[in-house]
Amino acid sequence: MTEQTRQTQVQAMSDTTIRVRQSLKKRYAREKRFRLFGMIAIIASLTFLAVLIISITIRGLPAFKQTFINLDVTLDAQTLGVDETADENALRRANYNGAIRNSLLELFPDVSSRKEKRALYSFVSKGGQYDLQAQVMADPALIGQTVNVWLPVGDDTSGYLRGHIDTTLPEKKRRFKDNQIAWVEELRSNGQIETRFNSTFFSRGDSREPELAGIKGSLFGSLLTLLVTLTLSFPIAVATAIYLEEFAPKNRWTDIIEVNINNLAAVPSIVFGLLGLAIFINFFQLPRSAPIVGGLVLSLMTLPTIIISARAALKSVPPSIRDAALGLGASRLQVVFHHVLPLAMPGILTGTIIGMAQALGETAPLLMIGMVAFIVDVPTTLTDPATVLPVQIFQWADLPEKGFVEKTSAAIMVLLGFLILMNATAVFLRRKFERKW
Amino acid sequence: MNKENTIPALDIDQQTPNEQTIEEIVASLGDTVGEARVENPKMSVSGVDVFYAEKQAIFGVDLDIANNEVISMIGPSGCGKSTLLRCLNRMNDTIPICRVTGEIMLDGEGIYSKDTDPVLLRARVGMVFQKPNPFPKSIYENVAYGPRLHGLNRNKADLDDIVVNSLRKAGIYDEVKNRLDDAGTSLSGGQQQRLCIARTIACSPEVILMDEPCSALDPIATAKIEELIDELRENYAIAIVTHSMQQAARVSQRTAYFHLGKLVEVGDTDTIFTNPKHELTEKYITGRFG
Amino acid sequence: MSTSMLLLVIFILTALTYVVGRSRAASLRKQSTSMHSLPRYYGYLAAICTAVPSLILLALWSAAEPVLLKSSTIGTLPAEVQALSTGELDLVVNDIKNIATGGISQSADDPVRAAAAQHYTESRASSRLYRTIAVLILCIAGALFGLKKINSGTRARVAVERAIMIGLLICSCIAIFTTVGIVLSVLFESLRFFNKVPFNEFVFGLQWSPQTAIRADQVGSSGSFGAVPIFAGTLLISVIAMLVAVPFGLMSAIYLAEYASSTVRSWAKPLLEILAGIPTVVYGFFAALTVAPLIRDAGESIGLSVASESALAAGLVMGIMIIPFVSSLSDDVITAVPQAMRDGSLGLGATKSETIKRVVIPAALPGIVGGILLAVSRAIGETMIVVMAAGLAANLTINPLEAVTTVTVQIVTLLTGDQAFDSPKTLAAFALGLMLFVTTLILNVIALQIVRKYREQYE
Ligand SMILES: Nc1ncnc2c1ncn2[C@@H]1O[C@H](COP(=O)(O)OP(=O)(O)OP(=O)(O)O)[C@@H](O)[C@H]1O
Ligand SMILES: [Mg+2]
Repeated sequence: MTEQTRQTQVQAMSDTTIRVRQSLKKRYAREKRFRLFGMIAIIASLTFLAVLIISITIRGLPAFKQTFINLDVTLDAQTLGVDETADENALRRANYNGAIRNSLLELFPDVSSRKEKRALYSFVSKGGQYDLQAQVMADPALIGQTVNVWLPVGDDTSGYLRGHIDTTLPEKKRRFKDNQIAWVEELRSNGQIETRFNSTFFSRGDSREPELAGIKGSLFGSLLTLLVTLTLSFPIAVATAIYLEEFAPKNRWTDIIEVNINNLAAVPSIVFGLLGLAIFINFFQLPRSAPIVGGLVLSLMTLPTIIISARAALKSVPPSIRDAALGLGASRLQVVFHHVLPLAMPGILTGTIIGMAQALGETAPLLMIGMVAFIVDVPTTLTDPATVLPVQIFQWADLPEKGFVEKTSAAIMVLLGFLILMNATAVFLRRKFERKW
Repeated sequence: MNKENTIPALDIDQQTPNEQTIEEIVASLGDTVGEARVENPKMSVSGVDVFYAEKQAIFGVDLDIANNEVISMIGPSGCGKSTLLRCLNRMNDTIPICRVTGEIMLDGEGIYSKDTDPVLLRARVGMVFQKPNPFPKSIYENVAYGPRLHGLNRNKADLDDIVVNSLRKAGIYDEVKNRLDDAGTSLSGGQQQRLCIARTIACSPEVILMDEPCSALDPIATAKIEELIDELRENYAIAIVTHSMQQAARVSQRTAYFHLGKLVEVGDTDTIFTNPKHELTEKYITGRFG
Repeated sequence: MSTSMLLLVIFILTALTYVVGRSRAASLRKQSTSMHSLPRYYGYLAAICTAVPSLILLALWSAAEPVLLKSSTIGTLPAEVQALSTGELDLVVNDIKNIATGGISQSADDPVRAAAAQHYTESRASSRLYRTIAVLILCIAGALFGLKKINSGTRARVAVERAIMIGLLICSCIAIFTTVGIVLSVLFESLRFFNKVPFNEFVFGLQWSPQTAIRADQVGSSGSFGAVPIFAGTLLISVIAMLVAVPFGLMSAIYLAEYASSTVRSWAKPLLEILAGIPTVVYGFFAALTVAPLIRDAGESIGLSVASESALAAGLVMGIMIIPFVSSLSDDVITAVPQAMRDGSLGLGATKSETIKRVVIPAALPGIVGGILLAVSRAIGETMIVVMAAGLAANLTINPLEAVTTVTVQIVTLLTGDQAFDSPKTLAAFALGLMLFVTTLILNVIALQIVRKYREQYE
């Protein structure tokens, strides 16, 4: 190679080099920016998750505690309007509220005006009388005696005690007045106010009073509904998956079923609610608000999810296992039920749990079939009117009382707790039984 | 690909006890036979070791790549040809577990040194891959991709020139001149590979690395590419990995024989094929293993 | 006998037949060697004969009973009541049912209704009785038949397997039935709606106020059903949602697939999945209670008037809800782009971001578009967030700070609470449901088709 050609070549080459060098700085800046965008996107999404969970936890935690007030209630027959010989019905309707009020007045004898009295009475929740009622009905001999009881405090009082009421505001603008503050502080210094774990929240149904409202009703509703969903969707989904994966001939009909399932998985959930309303309730005349209808609707909704994951699980079982079993003279059905299905089961269960978690969190279709009614009683059968946890959250979210905001957040925490538990189980199953063939 | 470390030992030499580690076998191979250095090297590799995580894939390789010359790298599967080739334009950077030590120079500058930019390096040292991998774009866009990235053209006409010239140099222009807007993937395998070569040329690189460029092609397409490589030699330094000894003999001026990550022998292609000095080289080119 | 009692009896009989059948087959097998199948298959066969026909009868009867009861009850009513519209008739029937079941009713002392209720109670009782008898007879007959079949001439395993196969086939058709059910339920009610409100008025009308008056002589009693403001509101909120979800979801996916180390990936992916698993009612609560006031305050602090139920708040939160959906679908398609494509670009000296922007994304584009279409269909069909955070006001606006309403919100408001089943108001919900179903169906079909094609391309 002559010096000449070398020279020109180096010249030519360096042209590229120079040009690339020129553009490099800009290109690296762009590279950095792009990477940064990616990072921002992830961080923003995760921040949102954190904000959501933290804000709900902060709001909801107080709902797991309840404040009680200690009172000596005199159950004199005159105030109650019954004596110990009264029958059960009379006992139930006795004026327990009056007894509570009297005992409050005893504590603060100076209170006389109507307005002041009302302010004082609001210290004890309306649910206090039910506690008393339960005690007396269990032991009518209590009438005439004085009992020492811890009763839940009313919504405003509990708001004040938790610091939700801004005492720096002028008195007119707050729901908790100066005289009330003074009384409560006096009670507090006497050790007559105490905060404990809120068992009411887990042991009662819905109520119009925030301090009395609990999630037991909706939790049972969810349980019954999921029970129906599981018993219907699991076998049907597994059967469908087995048929499509193992036996179905490859033809138009199978194709249609497949496309159908994929589409159903993407149909908005509220449409399933319309289906439930029109078919189950209006056509088959099934009862409204019942877990059975909710379960039917939800199982139709979760079917595609479970089918899709069950098919994937079946597909991942290697053909060699089928061949081996067939070679031993087993029929095709025996192969599937004795060999393939057990191997695919962890995968199917994972999909099922995820489907159930989806069903547990679903709200919209259940609104359509009337599970949105105000129901105090805890449902015990599949046809009792019931509501479910997410719907309960939806209903409470609409109520203005501060106490309900807390309750809503707490109910969300319970719901998320269940969902996380279910998903963690699914992940655990997947990890534990993940097999590389 | 993932051969057990000790298994190749059986293939090479029946006497070596099979519990020998790969390091011991490599040590037993001795120094590189032949002249690894040339005058005025375009690229020069010195004492390069390459590791994939803990596993060493290249052991102390010294090798020069000269201007206007084709050097072919041969050796049994898994011996590290691709690995070394990918070091030459730092494509190994894209594999997180891959670590390179030693020195590789391009025009006397270390390509793994801090001041060398991998983007610029890859513009100067182009690479053609084993399987043709045209982008899912038109033929024109495939070739224009590099120049556009690097801003090599001043205007559209410039770009057209670059595209046409590159396609010409790659010997595919006549076949595609009427369908530049068709998808690159619509071409035949051989055409696709030549398109990929054109795409590489369009960046006006100084060195072209080819990793088994013909392994996915039929004999006629292979012949075309070989012809093309021979022509390209006039302007570029070329390193080619191949499994076909005939191909190495046909297109290259120098040949390097690798074994288990070690450069066993290197020299003029003619000498290597007619008169190999190392026992392993001889066994390989006479087809007794590999 | 109550349904659950009946089911229990059938179950016990079935179990019994299985045990008996099996032991009989086993003893037959001891005597002669020519039995075709293992004893338990004879047990299964007998059990199937016992359970299946009786269960089918029970299901059919239970499904038909309410319908028949209703028409027979209506039959006892005087002609002028029968002449009422379907909706009013439904109310009457409900009332009668209430009386019959001892519930509260305003017209319990109306003699006609009391008589009808009496009739209802009686026919119900006799229907239950006949049902129990018929089901039990069929059950026992099936058991006897099944047990009689236990002999060497019966290929029990083959028969059982055939029955199971039929069962599998029927199960796999349930998906089809569901779709058909959806189509029928929304289509019929929609057609009834379009009988009252012309289709054109519904689709092109600009005025939506479905509140029909209680009394016919009240002003504006007809209500107006122009759905354009609702469609526009749905569109507005979906657009806002997609403006959030697509960039964030796509960039997250790109970052996770191309840049993130495996540790980051193994943490961030499950966390994003948690985001996807949060029930929408929770998002709705968050949107209404936290995001909406935040936006209103922020808007007011810079002098903008923001509705407390602004489209922005709902859209924003909905977008966040969809981020993980977009990101996981995009992640799938991006990782499906072959490494050779990236190598080719990097080998020419492209930076990573250039490779992503110019090669990976264009190559993955069909899949990404498919994913986005699915996400759009999600946004359109999303209910709880909008019910809780978007308003009811059917404003025709593109200002995201104003309140708008959506198809799903209207469906929920029109259908929750008690109302006659065929008032235009209720039917309008089904017409909206039809629109929703058709739109999302089209989006889904296109999207799934694109994604499927894309998968095949790189498989
Ligand atoms: N990405 C990787 N991660 C881990 N090990 C790798 C990787 N790539 C290659 N290796 C290992 O490095 C060694 C050399 O591989 P290389 O691909 O360089 O071989 P080769 O000579 O090109 O083989 P072939 O002729 O089959 O292409 C092999 O043992 C291989 O297993
Ligand atoms: Mg290789």
